[in-house]
Amino acid sequence: MTGPDGTVMDPQVLPRDGDPDITPEVVTDHGLSPEEHERIVRLMGREPTFTELGIFSAMWSEHCGYKNSKRLLRLLPTQAPWVIQGPGENAGVIDVGEGYALAFKIESHNHPSAVEPYQGAATGVGGILRDIFTMGARPIAVLDSLRFGDLDSGRVRYLFSGVVSGIGDYGNCVGIPNIGGEVAFDRGYEGNPIVNAMCLGLMKREELITASASGVGNTLMAVGARTGRDGIHGATFASEELSEDSDEASRPQVQVGDPFTEKLLLEASLELIASGAITGIQDMGAAGITSSAAEMAGRAGNGVELEMASVPTREDGMTPYEILLSESQERMLVVAEKGKEAEVRRILEKWELEAAEIGRVTDDGRFRILEDGVVVADIPALPLTDGCPTYEREGVESEEIAKLRAADLSEHLIPEGDLAKSFLLLLGSPNVASKRWIYHQYDTTVRTATAVRPGGDAGVVRIRGTTRAVAATTDCNGRFVYLEPRVGAMIAVAEAARNLVCVGALPTAITNNLNFGNPLKPHIYYQLREAVLGLAAACEAFETPVTGGNVSLYNETDGRAIYPTPVIGMVGVVDDVAHLTSQAFAQEGDDIVLLGSNTAEIGGSEYLYVTARAVAGPPPSVDLDAERALQQAVLAMGRQGLLRSAHDCSEGGLACALAEAALGNGEDPRGVSVTLDDDIRPVAVLFGEAQGRIVISCDPSRTAEVLRVASRHDVPAATIGKVTAAREGFTIAVRGASVSATVDEMAEAYFGALPEIMDSTSESA
Amino acid sequence: MSQFRLEIRIKPRQGLLNPEGKAIHSALRSLGWGHVEDVRVGKTIYMELEADSADGAVESAESMCRKLLANPVTEDFEVAVVGELESAGA
Amino acid sequence: MRAAVVTFPGSNCDYDLYKAIELVGGDPHFVWHRERGLGGYDAVLLPGGFSYGDYLRAGAIARMSPIMEDVVAFANAGGPILGICNGFQILCEAGLLPGALVRNASLRFESRDVLLRVERADTVFTTDYDQGQILRVPIAHGEGNYEADRETLEVLDGEDRVVFRYVDADGEATEDANPNGSWHNIAGIVSASGNVLGMMPHPERAMEAVLGSTDGVGVFTSLASTFVTAGAR
Repeated sequence: MTGPDGTVMDPQVLPRDGDPDITPEVVTDHGLSPEEHERIVRLMGREPTFTELGIFSAMWSEHCGYKNSKRLLRLLPTQAPWVIQGPGENAGVIDVGEGYALAFKIESHNHPSAVEPYQGAATGVGGILRDIFTMGARPIAVLDSLRFGDLDSGRVRYLFSGVVSGIGDYGNCVGIPNIGGEVAFDRGYEGNPIVNAMCLGLMKREELITASASGVGNTLMAVGARTGRDGIHGATFASEELSEDSDEASRPQVQVGDPFTEKLLLEASLELIASGAITGIQDMGAAGITSSAAEMAGRAGNGVELEMASVPTREDGMTPYEILLSESQERMLVVAEKGKEAEVRRILEKWELEAAEIGRVTDDGRFRILEDGVVVADIPALPLTDGCPTYEREGVESEEIAKLRAADLSEHLIPEGDLAKSFLLLLGSPNVASKRWIYHQYDTTVRTATAVRPGGDAGVVRIRGTTRAVAATTDCNGRFVYLEPRVGAMIAVAEAARNLVCVGALPTAITNNLNFGNPLKPHIYYQLREAVLGLAAACEAFETPVTGGNVSLYNETDGRAIYPTPVIGMVGVVDDVAHLTSQAFAQEGDDIVLLGSNTAEIGGSEYLYVTARAVAGPPPSVDLDAERALQQAVLAMGRQGLLRSAHDCSEGGLACALAEAALGNGEDPRGVSVTLDDDIRPVAVLFGEAQGRIVISCDPSRTAEVLRVASRHDVPAATIGKVTAAREGFTIAVRGASVSATVDEMAEAYFGALPEIMDSTSESA
Repeated sequence: MSQFRLEIRIKPRQGLLNPEGKAIHSALRSLGWGHVEDVRVGKTIYMELEADSADGAVESAESMCRKLLANPVTEDFEVAVVGELESAGA
Repeated sequence: MRAAVVTFPGSNCDYDLYKAIELVGGDPHFVWHRERGLGGYDAVLLPGGFSYGDYLRAGAIARMSPIMEDVVAFANAGGPILGICNGFQILCEAGLLPGALVRNASLRFESRDVLLRVERADTVFTTDYDQGQILRVPIAHGEGNYEADRETLEVLDGEDRVVFRYVDADGEATEDANPNGSWHNIAGIVSASGNVLGMMPHPERAMEAVLGSTDGVGVFTSLASTFVTAGAR
């Protein structure tokens, strides 16, 4: 019998005994609209079975199908001569020179982390590692981008410490250094933590492998952990209402990570890829076996046939539906070259990993599932992967937010008490303060390649055997995106690029994680569309194409969405590690030069949040051309060896940037003596978060050259002061006021903030 | 009021992966104990507390489990009274 | 120096250790935990990592590996053995060193640079250092808290078996300088026979200036020089 698309169809696919009937409720429960259901019926030429419906619900989910985001993502620039692999594979890949390629990607695990922060975060790391090593690249670094509510809540402290432990324990055990990341605390994320994990992997260009299931007749093997009921119906659960009293059936089957198995899987996978005994390898991530097999088949134009009874299971009595949708971790789908199965087994046995032959690659273009020889699902492969409908929704700005943006902030320019008080308050606010409470829990030096550890503007990993290095950072100020999505998104990209040039890296490409609310709501879709447009504009201006990423929608509780948070994971290339620049002031007597201009903008600033609990006003303006010129100027200065330090201005403004550079890692701080000439209110010039500013320090004999380089690039530059000895303290004089503090006071506020909050107060679920 | 000795068993939930148990199981098998079918690892908390009765002690401990000692998403718990000491002056 | 870097499932500092030995002109070889025989090796090194995920107890499962019989024999024959981090844990579980490494006092993983004072510059692992020299070396561990019974600790002190101690910038073994709660700030100890050293910090991560410190080089050059002078094998 021939199906509507001309492929051969098995007419004998009958519903399984005991499977529920397909009713409108069942369709809705599976996240499919009536129209999507109809589309499936047309595609199949009949009503789908329960198993088939489950398969579609997974493949056509937002996560796998990008229903509400695909059309927008097409607006992003994805090409450049150095892009080897753009969006569409497990990870993006760029050429970093000297024959090396860098695979990198960012992914989210927001919803599982809200339910079980430790395991949610741990499995998030596991998933992104697998996305990288399935490309043939050895993971060389991870970064994490986190958001939580305010830390005065016991529940938030519980989530925060759980997520940090989860990321740390998993990454440390697998042995990948964490080289950076970011965290922000704002009531806008209450109830909906954001946990995004980014991974970088290195390989020689020729080691790149793509996931296609080429080779009709090749054997499909399930490798690694056994399949359990992990993740089935997991994401639909709210967190706090759970207790021992909740009956067993309603407690979610959380995915539990096993980093030890992951390490074995990593080594085995790289060995398998190098052996030539496999033609494809795919991580079994979300919707596990289904997505990996279907995607492999879809890409190569072939089909797959899988026997469920052959899949090693952890629990008894699992149905095909459960096996196909399971999100059990640390599993890979491997396509063994016909005749080389023994070699595959040998490698897997060495690494003490289970492997089972579960199916084969066919030439009939069908995705077919058997249970003990009986067909329980038979779907045309290409429409399954590529036939997911995509939507363009209505986008309308929220009036409430537009009003917030237009708020008059002049009363906030009047400082509360003396400026020093506000300054120390800011330095000690969790969004500004030192994050070393976090990264002291992460192994940052394993694999002896970390040239710049967390605590600076970007993390840097050197490429052994060359003078090169790769740098990476994650950035996004959700408040700015909330207040004006297009501008906020441009700022995220601009900030990432500034961070990279501050260490001496050329911004090269990005991966992005779009964290938003419910796209079916017009004001949320507006945020999504505007943010993507802003991303696109900035990526074009900076020549940093998007090579892939992740979309996480429906981040809401009780109808309230998170701030739209498009996290940018940007990577850059350092030509020569000799030109790496530190963030911290070095020598007494060095000149401090401000590149860029101060403005009176305090909209969306940390200052406003800390003093008035307000997120209001327009975000600072951003000039993409000026940002680009600034990046190029700083890179030129670095290459010419003119810089002793470089640090960009972000949360907390110029005062905090100067403080961070003065304190360094706390072991050998400096003092600062700065005078700012601007005709701008003190609060604004000190704490405003104007864009396009980088603070550098240099030997006084090089200052003239620094100013010349700046001028050549049309970048405003001014010598604003000097680096002094720590005992001389920290002073910034502005028009009509000044801020002073001792280095000890600053160190206590800056380094003491998170330990004070996290180590002395209690955390409760 | 008496002092009670309790043993609180925090057990990994059935159905969830128990990586530690899995690794130990594998090690035991490779060391020759092939008849081991399944291994899962939990923990025991030894507690002494004051209460009016054994039932009261158990109720108190169960409340602690729900609030702090066990993670309801990944763990089950069992409280047993294993001893009673007379308080001074009882 | 022909050196064996013994690798267990879950070891993840094996590569770093291999590179460190190469850097000082040694001849490193990976030896998988299921292999047998360590003949022909001048030194045996056990790398850091999470062998068997640190499940059950750190190093407990690894120490039952087939190769460990050969490691013990190598030690008993007087061959030098260096265990770093998880390697130190495995040596303690195997009884080649006394005491145990338990969970850090902070109950958290601790990852940062520490300062170590060289207490013994006369072991085969420390001849290239000066007595009392202060080294800057990274640590990265969750279970680095050295513990032993009263008797053992007295012996360690009495027999000068502590080789590295956590100290502050002034060279004092203070509580603040102790990252994990180890008894008496112990960071590394040597066996009574002097040929087995276990240390929690990672000297193999302090070999290159671009990575932050070169203070770890001395451990490997000390070891390598023993075999250069004894003649190439």
